[in-house]
Amino acid sequence: MTILEVTDLEKHFATQIAVNKVSFQLEEGSIFGLLGPNGAGKTTLIRMITGIFFPDNGNIRFQGRPFDPMQDIIRIGYMPEERGMYKKMKIGEQALYLARLKGLDSQQAYAKVKEWFIKFEMQSWWNKKVEDLSKGMQQKLQFVVTVLHEPKLIILDEPFSGLDPVNSNLIKDEIYGLARKGSSIIFSTHRMEQVEEICDHIILMNKGEKILDGSVGGVKQQFKENLFAVGVEEPASDGTSEAEANGWAPEAAGFEVVGRRGGQWVVKIRHGYRPNDVLRYFIDQGRSIVSFTEILPSLSDIFIRLVEGTPLARQFQPVNLER
Amino acid sequence: MSKMWLITRREYLSRVRRKTFLLSTFLLPVVFILFIAGAVLIQLKTKSHHEVAVVDANGFFKDYLKSDSTISFVFSPDIDTTNYATKGCSAVLIIPKIAAGGKTECRLKYKKSLGIEQTSALEDHVHQAVTDHMIYEQTSVSRAKLDSIRSQADITDVRSFEDIGPTAKASSQTSAYAIGYVSGILIYLLTFVYGAAVMRGVMEEKTNRIAEVMVSSVRPFELMWGKITGIGAVGLTQFLLWVILLGAIGAVAQAVVPHEALNNIPQTGPGGMAAASAAAKAGSSGFDLSKFIINTNMGLVLFCFLFYFIGGYLFYSALFAAVGSAVNEDPQEAQSLMLPITLPVVFSFVIMTAVVQDPTGPLATWASIIPFSSPIVMMARIPSGVPGAVPYWQLGLSMLLLVLGFLGTTWLAGKIYRVGILMYGKKPTWKIMWKWAFRSN
Repeated sequence: MTILEVTDLEKHFATQIAVNKVSFQLEEGSIFGLLGPNGAGKTTLIRMITGIFFPDNGNIRFQGRPFDPMQDIIRIGYMPEERGMYKKMKIGEQALYLARLKGLDSQQAYAKVKEWFIKFEMQSWWNKKVEDLSKGMQQKLQFVVTVLHEPKLIILDEPFSGLDPVNSNLIKDEIYGLARKGSSIIFSTHRMEQVEEICDHIILMNKGEKILDGSVGGVKQQFKENLFAVGVEEPASDGTSEAEANGWAPEAAGFEVVGRRGGQWVVKIRHGYRPNDVLRYFIDQGRSIVSFTEILPSLSDIFIRLVEGTPLARQFQPVNLER
Repeated sequence: MSKMWLITRREYLSRVRRKTFLLSTFLLPVVFILFIAGAVLIQLKTKSHHEVAVVDANGFFKDYLKSDSTISFVFSPDIDTTNYATKGCSAVLIIPKIAAGGKTECRLKYKKSLGIEQTSALEDHVHQAVTDHMIYEQTSVSRAKLDSIRSQADITDVRSFEDIGPTAKASSQTSAYAIGYVSGILIYLLTFVYGAAVMRGVMEEKTNRIAEVMVSSVRPFELMWGKITGIGAVGLTQFLLWVILLGAIGAVAQAVVPHEALNNIPQTGPGGMAAASAAAKAGSSGFDLSKFIINTNMGLVLFCFLFYFIGGYLFYSALFAAVGSAVNEDPQEAQSLMLPITLPVVFSFVIMTAVVQDPTGPLATWASIIPFSSPIVMMARIPSGVPGAVPYWQLGLSMLLLVLGFLGTTWLAGKIYRVGILMYGKKPTWKIMWKWAFRSN
């Protein structure tokens, strides 16, 4: 079921278009990556979805109905990038306060806060003030107050910034858990490796426009460049480059050699040829093949290529090949 | 429970529970009382006594110049302009031969000025002496006889009554003045103190980066309005506690401090002393005040005070909230943006000090109707009488305009606020804030 449907959303500021005709859909229980460089319009888009800004044009449907910020806001949990807490307020009180602003009554709020505090081992913090917490602890608290009212839609803007790997994993597991329980998650970040790991579906924005939309696998397929890594068993060398030591390099009409990576040949299959042609060549050469893998571009490469408008190959070959 | 109520409650409780709230609530009246007591004491103690040597070419002044509690005249043949200081006199008065039909210039020589009040008293004494002497010369009525007539003649007293149809009621100018003055000052101070508290509260939300977290749960207007009402409630609480405390302290003071001392406070004091003397006067004229309380509609005065306090607070605190939302961490930025708000408040205060003297003039009328100044100025007029000094239509119009005024400023501030609290970076100008207010969002 589609929980959120955004159609031709537009937002203008004095002299610029912050969001220009952006459309996308978000399925229930999916984790959705909203990517884009700084100033791409991600925050403005999120602020429209959370009812902070009114769109100039276009419409938002939430759970199949037109989005009504007054009512639907309690079904949304938003953790903005610019986030914080009242520094002088006690943590327990603060969590209760924010929970109640999300529409929970005082008993529900207390039960939920307690449940999450136990889950994150935060019970002993109840009477501490926010200013006494470390940055990582504040982030955990921030996450808790974002999700404790069990929102149907959770929007997290750079949720892992300032977190160590242990706490990152803790939050990540919770994100998976919430998605399994049916919450949909919009995850806005610059950290591409996290997107690849967590998200099912992404859109990429640049200069207010959506320039890419698809599943993580689909996008990678879309931008693949027919690169394959071929691992062959070769005699031990004296320490210099294996290719030179053997005085041999693959060469065929069906592909070109792009370089070597971790003892494997990286080849780019030419137009009109297939991976089988590559394999056949290596077999014909009497080499025993130990591995054969397609190299897909990382999201980071695709991101940079699309945003900067540079060819994909130039961006990622040196990085991948000289590793 | 509505979200706004939750916000109001948090703003209220988080402030009332602070130690600084308790300290300021309980220490301020004490400091205020000490300040007034100190001012009174200083005025009593510093009232000096001067001995003025007289060098008289006429001979009759010795019998006609009367000494009093602050000036004594010394007639001694061996004191002159060269040695008066060494003989213990503050000044020497030289009176040449007086001739009828012209002005004779007497000269007062001193090393240190006697002050304007004493000098003018001295002038009166000289004039009185000449008058008494001429009466004797022309009618043979002696000075002793004149003095006795004067003391016998002191048998009239003028009391003012406010003419309100068939029943005239006694009124007291002094009490009206004092109550008007004190109310005006209180509203002025409270507007600033709590307006600034609203501004700091909004800035706190910005610097703590919680503004966006909050507006994803509540509407910006609810957040702003909740803050304003919460802090306003703190103000009312504090004010009520002060009234109770001051009442208690006042009762104790009236029992302990001699009434005579309080009555000796001069009617006007320079600059900052005005407040102290006005307040002291309110306390000193104990009988006046009780008469006033009986004869004036204290209920109306109290109601108007609360109305204008709340109205003025709402009117200005919304503007303070707008400024708080626009600036970043730097308090200096707030300062320059606050100027257009603080100026009308300060002007109102200045107007108020004039209006207490003349509560029915055109300045008083207009300044008490325009909402920028009405909270402070109207309170200086109301104790002088409704509908005597302030006709009903003026009071009604003033209240209506104040309500419309704060609805207007709240609406305007709300528009600025919703943009401002999400903005970080460069400090906006008033022009940019104006655009925020009138751009559709």
